[in-house]
Amino acid sequence: MLVAGKDLRIEARSRVALWQVVPFAVLVLVLVAFAIGPDTGPMRQAAPGVFWIAVLFSTVLTVQRSVAIESGEGTRDGLRLSGIDPGGIFLGKAAAVGLQLLVLQLVLWAGVTIFFNVRVHVVWLAVVTSLLATVGLACAGVLYGALSAGLRVRDTLLPILVLPVLAPVLLAGSKAWQAALNGNASSGTGWLRILIPFAVIYLVIGIVLYGPLQEAA
Amino acid sequence: MAPAVQFRAAVALAGRFPALAGVDLSLEAGEVVVVVGANGAGKTSLLRTCAGLLAVTAGEALVLGVDLTTDHTAVRRHVGLLGHAAPLYDELSAAENVRFAVRALGLPAAAGDAALERLGLVGRLRTTPAGRLSAGQRRRVALAALIARRPALWLLDEPHAGLDAPTRALLGVLIGEAAAEGAAVLLSSHEPELAVPLSDRVVVMRGGRITGGSPGGRRAPVRALPDVDLPAVKLRAGPGTMGAWHVA
Repeated sequence: MLVAGKDLRIEARSRVALWQVVPFAVLVLVLVAFAIGPDTGPMRQAAPGVFWIAVLFSTVLTVQRSVAIESGEGTRDGLRLSGIDPGGIFLGKAAAVGLQLLVLQLVLWAGVTIFFNVRVHVVWLAVVTSLLATVGLACAGVLYGALSAGLRVRDTLLPILVLPVLAPVLLAGSKAWQAALNGNASSGTGWLRILIPFAVIYLVIGIVLYGPLQEAA
Repeated sequence: MAPAVQFRAAVALAGRFPALAGVDLSLEAGEVVVVVGANGAGKTSLLRTCAGLLAVTAGEALVLGVDLTTDHTAVRRHVGLLGHAAPLYDELSAAENVRFAVRALGLPAAAGDAALERLGLVGRLRTTPAGRLSAGQRRRVALAALIARRPALWLLDEPHAGLDAPTRALLGVLIGEAAAEGAAVLLSSHEPELAVPLSDRVVVMRGGRITGGSPGGRRAPVRALPDVDLPAVKLRAGPGTMGAWHVA
């Protein structure tokens, strides 16, 4: 919690998430809405996919910010010397990223409701999907963020590394949300079976590998 | 009692480059040792190796009883490193930075408050974001974080750099107190006239090795300070009660 609190406090002070990540995500929604056109049918069909694409792109930005907090030599060494277990650092950073993504999804939820004229009929399914997807996105994002942390090209490399990895979340999240929008819970729950192992696998891998990746960076 | 630092032919690599090329060094608890040497001699690498930030690939290296050749990370929570770059988060205040460092070790936040006060970081300075502090003030915050954690081994890389005269004097007092309480202190310096009087011993580094040594200001009579030959500069022991050195 110490690392998560520190990262969230830094984000709250820098306001990068508020003034850059959230507007960027909303902009994605608006631009895609413009591109699809005014017909409500295609708009409603595309809404879940657009929502999750906006979330995925925002995940990359949020993880880049998380990595940038310790991009200086002083803070990077300071965290390594802090005495906090690397697994704990990973959990803290993932928690901070995850919390920011959850807030972002609330904003985007309102955004798709307004711009795409859709309504979520099975709220619990949408909420559970978002929670599971957020755990997976945050854990995978922070893990790959650590992988790219020591590289000069990390800002451009991270999206290339992490976006393909996050494709299962895009697929399962979109399908589950589609079911939630259509009021068909039974067809959506099957997609949670992809999100659960994804989240668990990256949570475990992250706890185990974050330390060695931090050293390598 | 086992030495705080015991290196025998220790080799550490920074990438493929041998940052330490066979270092022999022993440092007892309560001892203050100054490392001098030209740029690139390996002083910073020696401190980073002692901190567990560089892996030892050959030789023997024990720091606070931890064998760095098998696990160089285990020693980290017991050492305090004051490096060139202050480990501060710009958006957090001085007090928040120190509290984070203290709470990371599971110590009470009050330890951080006392350290801030000791370094004169009171009033508005406490709550000013670290990013808005001057270089010297940032160094004081980093020093406050270090003393609050009460490490058993102090590793100070050019600790006088950027500090004003009163803080330099305070640094000397803090080093003396730490040594008196049993902490070992290893500091590198390009300002031997400031660092040597604080020390029990001076060692000279060149090419990633310890190439010489002499008593420091705390052990040797001040008028008997040894001359130190560095590759680029010769330091002559000067007269005076502070044991000042000057460039010959």
